[in-house]
Amino acid sequence: MTLELLEGHPVHRLASRYYDRDLRIQPVRHDPLYASTLLRSPTHPPLAVGETIADLSGPVFGHLKPGPLDNDLIGNFASGGLALGERIIIHGTVQDQNGRPVPETLIEIWQANAGGRYRHVRDGYLAPLDPNFSGCGRCLTDRDGRYTFKTIRPGPYPFKNGGCAWRPSHIHFSVFGATFTQRLVTQAYFEGDPLIPLCPIANTIKDPRALRTLVATLDMSAAIEFDALAYRFDIVLRGRHATFFENRTEGV
Amino acid sequence: MLPETPAQTAGPYVHIGTFPYAAGLTIGWNARLHELVRDKEPGEHIEINGMIYDGGNAPVTDAMIELWQADTNGGFHRSSFPGWGRAVSDFTTGEWTFRTVRPGPVLRRDGSVMAPHIMLAIFARGVNGHLSTLMYFPDDPDANSRDPILSALEPARRVTLVAKRQPNAEIHSYRFDIFLQGDSETVFFNI
Ligand SMILES: [Fe+2]
Repeated sequence: MTLELLEGHPVHRLASRYYDRDLRIQPVRHDPLYASTLLRSPTHPPLAVGETIADLSGPVFGHLKPGPLDNDLIGNFASGGLALGERIIIHGTVQDQNGRPVPETLIEIWQANAGGRYRHVRDGYLAPLDPNFSGCGRCLTDRDGRYTFKTIRPGPYPFKNGGCAWRPSHIHFSVFGATFTQRLVTQAYFEGDPLIPLCPIANTIKDPRALRTLVATLDMSAAIEFDALAYRFDIVLRGRHATFFENRTEGV
Repeated sequence: MLPETPAQTAGPYVHIGTFPYAAGLTIGWNARLHELVRDKEPGEHIEINGMIYDGGNAPVTDAMIELWQADTNGGFHRSSFPGWGRAVSDFTTGEWTFRTVRPGPVLRRDGSVMAPHIMLAIFARGVNGHLSTLMYFPDDPDANSRDPILSALEPARRVTLVAKRQPNAEIHSYRFDIFLQGDSETVFFNI
């Protein structure tokens, strides 16, 4: 492989460095309060590295045409009825640290039903399955980085952690961003849930301000009359340092 | 500058949203996200499989693994090759598999050349932010020795990133076991 051949990659010249991930706002990896981390957290700190293929590019899903019900979890598994529970909209924006919207990026969500049970072959919790609810949704952000899902508010559920441990109501979010460096998997909690301060998983994030950014807030302006309450959950992915390439300004 | 949204564990039911078929669901993605190639895809087709072991040497059986790589020429999005895939640890054995093409070397903006490699990201219960590692190939030690990332590691840790060739009559096959802790703990990067 010669260098001339390699130099034909316009995407490489466009890429500029991302801000380093601020590990102080991230969850700790090893946390005695969350038992599953004990044998699953590497003992070496994550190694700083220069540019990787994650900075250069990432998977694109613009060709993916999500179905009309992919972001409607009340309807996308309906078999003769609708999902049980408190009907909600969860919506927001995806932007980078420089405040630029992230358009056409794939968001996937998964969640328990109103009773706190997941539709998963491995979940055996007492609460029954809802025949009309899968807990699986996805959508692409629009050109302004906005997304919206219609769903039901998931119930809390207990989990094995040694002792009486309960998850607050939460929705799992997976977001891609423009390059793999921006990849994010996280969880959205609900404003006012008294289980949040008690949850060993939520509290792997030690910075209270950072944890607050994972709490979706009641947003009556987006509620639908006689249909659904609304919660707002905005997402911020890593941003890039400013640089100029091919007459385009990147970053601030 | 806005603070980044922090990560949280993907949990044991990650499959519902990211690999619904494995969760027993029939909506969303289909089952074949671990196969990046169809028969006619240009380049050398390869198979990669492995296990993820926890600190007690038990296989992790609830992980979702994402793959990101260049195409056979070291580029991205220049053909139908997606460069991206997902696999699931088998719920009983922990074994995961990808079918893909051997990537070409990739040029960095500073002019250095990265040896052919594949990026893997692990999402699982007890993993609070995904773990990123890089898998290199054993067949090209010269390219590996010039790789800017691999060559900066001390030899004892470098070996954790090099896959092993394994016999397979049909396809070039590599094994890449990942160790979350212990003497042979895999190198994970702050990516
Ligand atoms: Fe959960």
